[in-house]
Amino acid sequence: MPKANQKNWKLVLDGEVIARSISRITYEILEKDRDLSRLAVVGIRTAGEVLGRRICDRIAEIENVRIPFGVIDITLYRDDLSMSRAQPTLKGTELPFAVTGARIVLVDDVLFTGRTIRAALDAIIDFGRPARVELAVLVDRGHRELPIRADYVGKNLPSEKHQALRVRLKELGADEDGVYLVQSAKEVNK
Amino acid sequence: MKHLLGIEGLSRDEFYLLLDNSREMVEISRRDIKKVPALRGKTVINMFFEASTRTRSSFEIAGKRLSADVVNVSATGSSVTKGETLLDTARTLSAMAPDVLVVRHSASGAPAFLARYLPDTAVVNAGDGLHEHPTQALLDCLTLSEHFSARSQGIEGLRLAIVGDVLHSRVARSNIWAHLLLGNEVRLVGPPTFLPPELKEAFGADSSQCRGRLEVYYDLKSGIAGADVVMCLRLQLERQSQHFVPSLEEYSREYGVSEKLLARYAPNCVVLHPGPVNRGIEVSSEVLDGPRSLVSKQVSNGVAVRMAVLFLLATGKDTGETTIA
Amino acid sequence: MILIKGGLLIDPANNRMGAFDVLCEGTLIKEVAERGRISVPKEAQVVDVAGGWVVPGLVDMHVHLREPGFEWKETIKSGAQAAALGGFAAVCCMANTQPVNDCAEITRFILAKGAEAGGAAVYPLGAVTRGLKGKELAPFLELRQAGCVAFSDDGRGITDALIMRRALEWCRMLDVPLCCHEEDESLTQGGSMNESELSLKLGLRGLPAMAEEAMIARDIELARATCGRVHFCHVSTARSVELIRRAKQDGLKVTAEVTPHHLLLTEDRVADYDTYAKMNPPLRKEKDCAALIAGLRDGTIDAIASDHAPHENDVKEIEFEKAAFGLIGLETSLPLMLNLVREEKLSSMRLIEAMSLGPARIMGLSGYGKLSKGEAANITVIHPQAEWIFDRLSNRSLSFNSPWLGEKMTGRALLVMVRGRIVVQEGKLVGNGVSD
Repeated sequence: MPKANQKNWKLVLDGEVIARSISRITYEILEKDRDLSRLAVVGIRTAGEVLGRRICDRIAEIENVRIPFGVIDITLYRDDLSMSRAQPTLKGTELPFAVTGARIVLVDDVLFTGRTIRAALDAIIDFGRPARVELAVLVDRGHRELPIRADYVGKNLPSEKHQALRVRLKELGADEDGVYLVQSAKEVNK
Repeated sequence: MKHLLGIEGLSRDEFYLLLDNSREMVEISRRDIKKVPALRGKTVINMFFEASTRTRSSFEIAGKRLSADVVNVSATGSSVTKGETLLDTARTLSAMAPDVLVVRHSASGAPAFLARYLPDTAVVNAGDGLHEHPTQALLDCLTLSEHFSARSQGIEGLRLAIVGDVLHSRVARSNIWAHLLLGNEVRLVGPPTFLPPELKEAFGADSSQCRGRLEVYYDLKSGIAGADVVMCLRLQLERQSQHFVPSLEEYSREYGVSEKLLARYAPNCVVLHPGPVNRGIEVSSEVLDGPRSLVSKQVSNGVAVRMAVLFLLATGKDTGETTIA
Repeated sequence: MILIKGGLLIDPANNRMGAFDVLCEGTLIKEVAERGRISVPKEAQVVDVAGGWVVPGLVDMHVHLREPGFEWKETIKSGAQAAALGGFAAVCCMANTQPVNDCAEITRFILAKGAEAGGAAVYPLGAVTRGLKGKELAPFLELRQAGCVAFSDDGRGITDALIMRRALEWCRMLDVPLCCHEEDESLTQGGSMNESELSLKLGLRGLPAMAEEAMIARDIELARATCGRVHFCHVSTARSVELIRRAKQDGLKVTAEVTPHHLLLTEDRVADYDTYAKMNPPLRKEKDCAALIAGLRDGTIDAIASDHAPHENDVKEIEFEKAAFGLIGLETSLPLMLNLVREEKLSSMRLIEAMSLGPARIMGLSGYGKLSKGEAANITVIHPQAEWIFDRLSNRSLSFNSPWLGEKMTGRALLVMVRGRIVVQEGKLVGNGVSD
């Protein structure tokens, strides 16, 4: 993983803000419906999986209950497979709970065009008929291309469409958590 | 990778890419809805010039599970029996421009021939003559990797004995390439008529680049001694007219794999067979139906492997990477 | 009268090479003298070949002209003309036509067609067995009287030793060579390339070297016992060369030929199932090429012959194991063999000998292979540096099956004279029979 202190990477959310966002999102999820019997958290690989697990851990701390956790690999559901450069490696989808009738909270790191979420919804529906699917994201950066919205948002981060946003998480090898905006050379030197 | 014409020429990374993706595909076959939309809108043509129910339906199911449009063309009853040449067939297929063409043919090199004439199609070799049968080797390795999942090295560092008619077996060839790539010790066991002296050189086994080892044994007991895996090849009874073995009884006596033999010389081994099996000739029913046999797993893994292959080729072809094997 | 001047004469029969001019009158060579020495009569046609090699008319002793029976692959006319463009003043054509040349009618047909072709002279070989079936002997006397110069079942090996023995006895009496395609078919069934680690890798059944070598060994013994004249066609392995060398040392009347492709190419050419490199005998290994060249140099191999085997697209553009064997060679033999001279693997004198005097002697073609006063005027003039592209436009043969199609060639025949008549001049066909 490249070092995050590259000159053109601007830190927009640090570890503390991320931790507080996860906490707040967790409380909001619990507030929305106090009945936890059909709740399940599903993370979208790879960063969404990490954040989803953290939400599950937080729920366990608050309510002393282990909520079922699943992961989705959306590679087989993407609409842009022919355009990708690299050979896709599948990491697998596992939903170890009854999808039909469940209240699923889908978790991802960044909500952008909405296509990843659409693919994830297709995957979930192939497994059964959930009662409800809600979406929790760490960052919403706008520029939706499909009518998709998040129920729980850590931070809204308006950005230019061409800019890249990078999320670094400890569980994925980073030294510290952080969300970075990758600036062009022009912007760096401003 | 643009085509899958054989295991020869695959890099270790490419091989593991196929194997790892195959593993993930297994999960889809366990769902209630055994379908993903990955190849929606893509056309897969299965062109089988040689009769085969098992492999063809395996590819058909694989394509359908990926939501591809699958078309089966068999040689009998098609224009091929009316004397259409392979070249004409290639031109007709080219006009249909499928995304993927799966070919099984009795002539070695036929898939490579078709690939030359179909620039916009990814070609999968489902078995060509005596040359290669790459998806079989992959599913054999997937089966082994499931069995050896607890091993730290996975399916590397194994001793494998392939017993029987290696000379006429495309399955053997593909498996030899695969296991040499993995760095395994491969022992070819059988009568000298099936194991010509040029075998080691044919697979580059003596070169410094070869990661594995290849040895030839004419004696079954020493050949399978200490083997982790024993793969039995079908003795093709049609070969008798060319005098490869004096008689079936003699072959079966000298090279037939039985439980007694395995218990004594390779007590921990598992057994593979590409099928169809001549029960009692190359392997006994006791072994085939017993706990060592991974044959039924081989069959079910076929679909997963073929899904991975179709997926990688159909989605990778637009990146314009070069032909492999 | 025609004066060929300004050339470099290469005359293996008299072992001379130098600046000589040649004067021809009618069908004969009238005079050969040092440059400028010949006084030229006013009416004589003067051809200045400007440093080209003036050599005895080249002879290709092993070609397949496909007529009668396979005229879409080649006709006697197109083949004879292709031969002339390739520098040949004469070709010997094999009997595996349809019907087979196993009777006088077919022989006469071939001779007649050859005479009107306007290209190289055509000399037919008669079959050894009726229909090339290997069972009954063909009528040798009748065929010889009709004009066959030798006998061959080429295309097939003579598996039955008794038939081979009888054929040798007949050929000894007629004093003609028995030209043998050495292949034990029981060892080559289903084969399509050299049996080796490459055939194993590619999954193709092999044509093992032993099928040729064992047969050559057998036929050497049969020739020894019968005192017959055996000629080995398209020798392809190192061991074959050794066997022939030993037989010659023993004083036996054996001769041998080799093709340009066996001298230059190895089995690696079929590594991607290229049917244009599929032939019988197959391409072998580097060590075999080296042994064949050495055999050519030291006289073990007497002649270079193309084994020109035209085939249409339909039988080449198919699965490797089903594709027809063979390649065309009349128009490329010369430039390809000149490569050997350029690479100093063969002397120019030896090359010319192997392509003119050698085959002429074996086949008993008087009038070929010698550039002396009183000999028949069969002459080829070669420009060894001429560069040209061998492609569909330049090819006169009706077929295009050659692994060299599309490649640049260096060396070409500028002039070919057959029995005193110029049939090729400045690299083009002239005279009657040229149209179409």
